[in-house]
Amino acid sequence: MSILNEQESKKLLKRVLAFSKADECECNLDGQLSGNIRYARNTVSTSGEVSDLTLAVQSSFGKKTGVATTNEFDDAAIERVVRRSEELARLAPDNPEYMPLLGPQKYGKMNTYFDSTAKVTPEYRAQAADDSIAPSKKNKLIASGFLNDSHQMSAVMNSRGLFAYNVSTDVNFSATIRTEDGRGSGWVTRDYADVSKLDTASASAIAIKKSLGSVDAKEMEPGKYTVILEPAASVQLLSNMFFSMGQRAADEGRSFLSYKPEEDEKKPPKNKLGMKMFDQRVNIYSDPHHPEVPTATFAGDGHAVEKTWWVKDGKIENFRNSRYWANKSGTRYNPTAAGSGQFIMAGGDQSLDDMIKHTRRGILVTRLWYIRQLDPQTLLYTGLTRDGTFYIENGKIKYPIKNFRFNESPIVMLNNIEALGKPVRINGRMIPPMKIRDFTFSSLSDAV
Amino acid sequence: MQRRDFVKVTGAGMGALFLPVTGNIVTAAELLDKPMDVAIKKQLADVALNAARAAGASYADARIGRYLNQFVTTREKVVNNIVNTESSGIGIRVIANGTWGFASTSNMTPDSIAKTARQAVAIAKANSKFQTEPVRLAPVKGVGEVSWQTPIVKNAFEIPIKEKTDKLLEVNNAALSNGASYITSVLFLVNEQKYFASTDGSYIDQDVHRLWAPFFASAVGKSGFKQRTGLGNPVGMGFEYLDGKAEDKVYVEGANVGYNNSYDMLEDAANAGKELQKKLTAKSVKPGKYDLVLDPAHLMLTIHESVGHPLELDRVLGYEANFAGTSFATLDKWRSKKFNYGSPIVNLFADKTQPYSLGNVGYDDEGVKTKEWDLVKDGTLVNYQAIRDQVHMIDQDESHGCAYSQSWRDVQFQRMPNVSLRPNAEKDLSANDLIKDVEKGIYIAGRGSFSIDQQRYNFQFGGQLFFEIKDGKIVDQIEDVAYQSNTQDFWNSCAQLAGKSDYRVGGSFFDGKGQPPQVSAVSHGCPTTRFNNINVLNTKRKV
Repeated sequence: MSILNEQESKKLLKRVLAFSKADECECNLDGQLSGNIRYARNTVSTSGEVSDLTLAVQSSFGKKTGVATTNEFDDAAIERVVRRSEELARLAPDNPEYMPLLGPQKYGKMNTYFDSTAKVTPEYRAQAADDSIAPSKKNKLIASGFLNDSHQMSAVMNSRGLFAYNVSTDVNFSATIRTEDGRGSGWVTRDYADVSKLDTASASAIAIKKSLGSVDAKEMEPGKYTVILEPAASVQLLSNMFFSMGQRAADEGRSFLSYKPEEDEKKPPKNKLGMKMFDQRVNIYSDPHHPEVPTATFAGDGHAVEKTWWVKDGKIENFRNSRYWANKSGTRYNPTAAGSGQFIMAGGDQSLDDMIKHTRRGILVTRLWYIRQLDPQTLLYTGLTRDGTFYIENGKIKYPIKNFRFNESPIVMLNNIEALGKPVRINGRMIPPMKIRDFTFSSLSDAV
Repeated sequence: MQRRDFVKVTGAGMGALFLPVTGNIVTAAELLDKPMDVAIKKQLADVALNAARAAGASYADARIGRYLNQFVTTREKVVNNIVNTESSGIGIRVIANGTWGFASTSNMTPDSIAKTARQAVAIAKANSKFQTEPVRLAPVKGVGEVSWQTPIVKNAFEIPIKEKTDKLLEVNNAALSNGASYITSVLFLVNEQKYFASTDGSYIDQDVHRLWAPFFASAVGKSGFKQRTGLGNPVGMGFEYLDGKAEDKVYVEGANVGYNNSYDMLEDAANAGKELQKKLTAKSVKPGKYDLVLDPAHLMLTIHESVGHPLELDRVLGYEANFAGTSFATLDKWRSKKFNYGSPIVNLFADKTQPYSLGNVGYDDEGVKTKEWDLVKDGTLVNYQAIRDQVHMIDQDESHGCAYSQSWRDVQFQRMPNVSLRPNAEKDLSANDLIKDVEKGIYIAGRGSFSIDQQRYNFQFGGQLFFEIKDGKIVDQIEDVAYQSNTQDFWNSCAQLAGKSDYRVGGSFFDGKGQPPQVSAVSHGCPTTRFNNINVLNTKRKV
């Protein structure tokens, strides 16, 4: 019921459009069949399955627009949601930023579905959890973790003849493994489109090693240090920066990418497009065809999505923007895949271990936690290290250290690059481990 | 099948599991025009409970939910979006072989519901193979058929769209004509129509309303840009919250206007415009130690982070270790009966009953009648927040009634109730009274950047508006302020509380927790409060 194939989706959306009396109508259909298991204190806590299908209908009369959603699909429910969106549209004032709907598009092939993931059973999940719990118990540790597998479909159809459809699968797993006395903690996360790549036992072995190795952490003075950020430590800061790369805010003077003109500068640009912001080695792009992090090849409005560079050789290559703003400012529209924040940061060939080996003095950071923005002008963020922070000396992990609070900006970080390692998949993105000099830690935390 | 046919069939005394019914029996027309008939909900819930029992469950509950939202979004002079969302379905939770199982579906036919119940039991049985701590539920006596409704005056869903868009555009205009360069204003409305039934014999029908009207204004100047968000609160109220009554305003001399049980959004937006212009040229704070006077619209989030979360029993016990973290407030500290969470004037309590609050409901999502209880009494840690399957671990036999699920789709679990700071019981002091005793301090209003570690020791919090206090008076609006402290040190530095006239309830509309993550809305009441000798940082940075 919740996962319709392409033909079923088309048939249903045609039924929806047949009820439409609006000038323009766009329908989005999203189905989800997901299952999860959660464990803590070395035993299963909660787990469940969800099946749901949601229809969103956007109706427009001229520049007036309204949206209504439902998750019921008999004729009466469908007609009602269409009428409700029309009623809202009629009551709305004109939206001068309304853009006419797109006509039919051509889409690249999508490789986001894996049968293996769609067929996960409650028994598989229970075993995957036990593969993490059993070795933890053996080491007198306490495991907690979570596995979620998801089978999803999305389809868009509009009154101008556009139709897009995709089906995808995802699995994500994470585990926090702590010592019985609470003095050590290790963490690991994995995510894939294909569940056959997931091995919760080998992933948990990393968390176990970090947990045992983080007991008796020593205090280091807060200050500026060379750090090796594992991909899980930098992904949130980079994602926050990625989502702040909007053209409109930049053009309006409300972004780190707004251009501040010099006195008497004639015809200054509004934003920093084409300007160098980061180290030469920083290259960031989105690509729906990337084999490790595939996405749909269409955006929420049905526009086709292809590979887009955001940062090339440290320069701002493109902004995220809306179709309206691109049109108004005479720039290219850069759509991103529906419901995805996928991006790829290029790196080098070194593994994390190689990077540690080539570090004379530094700090290895497993992950950062509770990251919050302090200043949108400088993208200054605060947060804390968590679940495995270690001092490196002469190419080796010397001892665990107490967690730090950091106050740092990804802009500064990406200008202070010492080395980039081989990118790995994390949270649906590809991120390299990074060696960064002068990373600012502002205080110590007692948390383990 | 029509509704009357369904009632006829189920009323004939046939076993719910064997109903010869296909198709969506509860038609959309019935759902959309009015909440689903309670008799139908009871029939459907019984299908779930009977199927779960027949499959081997020792306990089962079913939550039939219809969740309505309306979002109106505006930006400067434009209405960007008007969205109505609706989601209906059933979530079934069971215990089989001493293990929890859960499954949910939007397909509300008896066949589908029975199949979903059996799937929940199958999941529980699959997991029971690795279960080492069988579930122990605190007893709850069935309450029969009861109902509860948020005490609203004006149902916000019934207010015409034009009135809502006009209001927001007027708010935008007030900010823009007083100094803001840009503004986004939003109206979020939530209506949870939820029906809970359990094998304990409870059938509870609740109609819950919430509203939030935030705005986000900014001003661009020569040296950069500044932001100011609204000082209103999300509330468990109807549209009457936006009446902005004079008696609900609290004036702080030289600083802001605070809002109690109604909000003058127009006035706040106009003030935001003016304050943004001041922010553009305000001096940057000199880092160091200051006495802080914290406005309720700011302190509520400090309470949320440094008291609400660390005293969630699931965090203390390790159930949230893989996501939100654990807690410094461990069981040994509570058992000692001597753990000084705060100074002796600090009294913190939990409830799901305060009027106008986001947590206010009659029963929680596992059928427990809601109540009020103490967490910190005269500075000492005395209790936690717990639900049915946890209280036995703190030697108690009655759930605190704070289970919640964000929708029919998700499993209910322990969520933060309202957690509040009691006002000064001896003197009904005002914010102005508190400020006049401070020699060197900062008065902070509104919520800003909040970050705290996974055991809730080290935190760094910002705000919206900062005012320097010198010799008992607010002298200047300042910028770039954040304070860093340790939870226990901070609450032990609590030096003075304003009284009951200053007590206000603020809240968080989207508090996140759990895996898969769920949001919950929660309020925190407090008076303006003084904390001595706190470390203040300057957050300005060159890049």
